[in-house]
Amino acid sequence: MNQLILVWSYLKVKPLHTVLNIFLLALGISVVTVLLLFSQQVSDKVASNTKGIDLVVGAKGSPMQLILCSVFHIDVPTGNIKLSEAERISRHRLVKRSIPMALGDSYQGYRIVGTTRAYAELYNAELQSGAWNEKAFEVTVGSAVASRLGMKVGDQFASAHGLTTDGHDHEAHRYKITGILKPSRTVLDNMILTNVESIWMVHELYEANLNKPQLPSTLVPSVEARDSLRELTTLLIQYRNPLAVIQLPRFINSTSNLQAASPSFETARLFAMIGVGAEVLTGFAVVLILISALSIFLALFNSLKERQYDLAIMRSMGAGRTRLFVTILLEGMFLTCAGSLLGLGMGHVAIAAFMVIIPEGQKAGLSASAFIPAEAWMLTGSLVLGFICSFIPAFQAYRTDIHKVLAGN
Amino acid sequence: MIRIEALRYRYPGQREIAFADFSLSEGEPWLLLGQSGSGKTTLLHLIGGLLRSQQGQIIIKDTNISGLSEAALDRFRGQHIGFVFQRNHLISALSVRQNLLLAPYLAGVRQDAGRVEAVLEQLGISDKADVNVRELSYGQAQRVAIARALLNRPTVILADEPTSALDDNNCDKVIDLLLDASRLNNTTLVVATHDHRLKHKIPHQINLTQA
Repeated sequence: MNQLILVWSYLKVKPLHTVLNIFLLALGISVVTVLLLFSQQVSDKVASNTKGIDLVVGAKGSPMQLILCSVFHIDVPTGNIKLSEAERISRHRLVKRSIPMALGDSYQGYRIVGTTRAYAELYNAELQSGAWNEKAFEVTVGSAVASRLGMKVGDQFASAHGLTTDGHDHEAHRYKITGILKPSRTVLDNMILTNVESIWMVHELYEANLNKPQLPSTLVPSVEARDSLRELTTLLIQYRNPLAVIQLPRFINSTSNLQAASPSFETARLFAMIGVGAEVLTGFAVVLILISALSIFLALFNSLKERQYDLAIMRSMGAGRTRLFVTILLEGMFLTCAGSLLGLGMGHVAIAAFMVIIPEGQKAGLSASAFIPAEAWMLTGSLVLGFICSFIPAFQAYRTDIHKVLAGN
Repeated sequence: MIRIEALRYRYPGQREIAFADFSLSEGEPWLLLGQSGSGKTTLLHLIGGLLRSQQGQIIIKDTNISGLSEAALDRFRGQHIGFVFQRNHLISALSVRQNLLLAPYLAGVRQDAGRVEAVLEQLGISDKADVNVRELSYGQAQRVAIARALLNRPTVILADEPTSALDDNNCDKVIDLLLDASRLNNTTLVVATHDHRLKHKIPHQINLTQA
């Protein structure tokens, strides 16, 4: 016999009560867990994906679409921009670094990005195997692409137009994999990187130049500067100094028919929009948790009436007041602790299920096995909650007048 | 063994009850007789430390329990006093064995599985050890309650109306059980009752009359 057996025996006598109370709390806790895991991982992702990108320049349209397309690669481009225009902007004195990007094709739903090595360097990408793509139609693939599609160095494939798997194929040109990246937990994991020329060639905008250009373009050195034909999709820009924050977007938006969008501003806007939904859910979860606390309180409080003889008998056998107090307290804390453990587990299972069931979930690269400090806080909080809702019943037990109870027959 | 001196108790708003001095020697069974309201239960609870005395002394095995702190009194009660109540009050969430083990656990002494078996054997209910107490008959439950009171080898067993709800046949059985068990364990038995059937069973008697 020990304290745990005692507490457990009482919980076991009313299995329905116990299970219901645990489950009610678990439901509330699991909603909070999912929200916490989600927002934590998504904001981590957003932070790592936007790192080093101060401004995105693209065709006029929705600034959020521009960001979703060229930073997170989950939307279609707003249109194309002239290479010459992009060059003009990249030569601006407030621009420290600019990365050209040509989009439009994909393979099995994974986007092929025509860009320069600087793009991979932005995310400190490293090679897992093989070598970086150098020539046209050579590609370096992200780790998630390689593992999901079972690709290895030397494989070849034909790209498809658009971001879907059923777009028409560019059968005439086949890409060859030269390297595979290490996992970076950034958007790169889902990318297929090639050079800008490959994208142009697929779309017949470029023939391999026999002559070296006299004045090479700063963005794509294999063509002449101020080329009037070729186009890019977007330009990622890093500022030279904080002054650029104010001047550069205005300069671009007013002196060209391009638009400049700031990743940090647009993602903040996005979070503000989905934040309302998250707040409603959180509120709902808090209500659930409070109801379950109330339910545990009532269950303990009501059981005291039928347990007053038990409590008095235990006192007659030598148990002190404190022992009774602790027994009731532990019962409440066991319920809330079990509820929150179950809730945390359910939350992680929900995330895991989300990633299995919804294909976009896989690309989101969320982890169901990652634990965050907030979960330890929730566990601690649930113990405190258990303490609060069992304190009054426990105090009642503490105050039991054993003489009155035992003589009252 | 047990000595009562100048003991008085007053419930709020009621007349004071004064108890006559008496002393019981070790291993002797005593009957505490009196009508309802004469203070039998009060005296029993005072001796058992369920009620704190207001005046006078209760000395059990050289310990004046009126002078003990609350925690010390709880400990003393657990180790030296066993209770048998009219309604058996077993802990229904636990099995028979767990109910018995609760006694040493709550008293803070070693839990001896062998002792549990021995006591159950003595009372003829060893086959019920792992049964839930809700499945016991009244008679079996009473035996378990007696076993529980005996388990810690208490100095004294205090029984409050153990037979008043029973027919003659069962009344005899229970009182014999209590007498045998206390003799076997060398325990002083004090039975508070208004049940006159017990008078010829236990020769030592204290009569409480309403003063």
